[in-house]
Amino acid sequence: MELSKVIRESLEPVVLTDLYPRTTIDLFVEVLQSDGGSRCAGITAASLALADAGIPMRELVAACAVGKVQGKLALDLSDAEDKYGEADLPVAYVPNANLVTLLQMDGALTPDEFETGLNMAVEACKAIHTMQREALKKKYHDIKEVVEEKEEAEVVA
Amino acid sequence: MSATPQLPPVAKLEQKTVVDLVSKGKRIDDRGLESYRPLEIKVGVIEKANGSAQVHLGKSKVLVGVKVETGEPFPDTPEEGVLTVNAELVPLASPSFEMGPPSEEAIEIARVVDRGIRESKAVDVKSLVIQKGKKVQVVYVDVYVLDHDGNLIDAAAMAALAALVNAKVTKMEMKGDEVVVKGGHHPLPLNNYPVAVTFAKIEKTLLVDPSLEEEQVMSARLTVTIDKNGHVCAMQKGGQYGFTVEELKRAVGLAVQKAAENRASILAVAKG
Repeated sequence: MELSKVIRESLEPVVLTDLYPRTTIDLFVEVLQSDGGSRCAGITAASLALADAGIPMRELVAACAVGKVQGKLALDLSDAEDKYGEADLPVAYVPNANLVTLLQMDGALTPDEFETGLNMAVEACKAIHTMQREALKKKYHDIKEVVEEKEEAEVVA
Repeated sequence: MSATPQLPPVAKLEQKTVVDLVSKGKRIDDRGLESYRPLEIKVGVIEKANGSAQVHLGKSKVLVGVKVETGEPFPDTPEEGVLTVNAELVPLASPSFEMGPPSEEAIEIARVVDRGIRESKAVDVKSLVIQKGKKVQVVYVDVYVLDHDGNLIDAAAMAALAALVNAKVTKMEMKGDEVVVKGGHHPLPLNNYPVAVTFAKIEKTLLVDPSLEEEQVMSARLTVTIDKNGHVCAMQKGGQYGFTVEELKRAVGLAVQKAAENRASILAVAKG
């Protein structure tokens, strides 16, 4: 229940809900297999699904966790790393607005480690954001190809 | 399922007053952007509980009771006692609180308080084992919000810490298959003292310890829990907007300072 809340709050800043008065947008995140980072993967997928549904958004949200394992800061912890590591810090980030829309932390980090970790997570989110944009573009590119092929076939016939 | 909460309507003029003041670096109750409301702490208010504390943060009032019972450990942690935090928003505390199953807000308060205590390893859970894998002591930290005037997370976290410091436990041992009282009380063993510091973002300004009026107009909220070594042990962002990376870094620095001040006030009262 707390997870639903933080996921909702991570996406709300980018969805133009003002355009949908008296309306609910239902979002379902289904975890098929959990091996750490499910909330981040969920947010990344959810923001793409919203865009795919044609819901007006300011930008895509990308998410990635950073953590501390055996004294070292590491990105995207697996289940075992999360369980036996020293800290876990999931972050959702909206690059162009420079906005962190999800931030949770458990474990122990010094303020300096937090700053370094946050920078790492933000950079990772930027990389994921690029991949998200590519994935969206690819969908329409693929459709365009199919349509063009059909048109060509019709012209020949 | 989690839906955008329907907040009670706030008069436009009141919203504007709060926002305008904050943009000038002032607040509706005349304190600075980085200051807490008056903090009042009482411990041992409920005699029947193992430990208890009541915290008044301005007009917000929170009561926390600590109860210790014998129970079974979790199968994956046979050599550790159990810690449970629960929060109850009692209907008399606010017109928006109702009877029934815990609301999302109550669950969030409990989870953030729990995370601070658990991740800082405040309660020495290893000392709560009576018989490995079979019998342990279970520590219940129950948070009751009595009056809601904003920043319940900090009030709850501070009251929880004060109640844990105040808690006395009875020594137990196994005699055959039965758990018996060994006699004598001792303070609940604690290794750390986590303190939560909550920020609200109004327009582009960060302020500490938001009151209810400020919470009604804030765009986002951030809680940073700091342990006794000045390390961050838990964080939680809330609200329907976000923070910039720079704001987060500044908030953590400020939280370290504010947590140290509040920790000193709590321990001065709780340790007596």
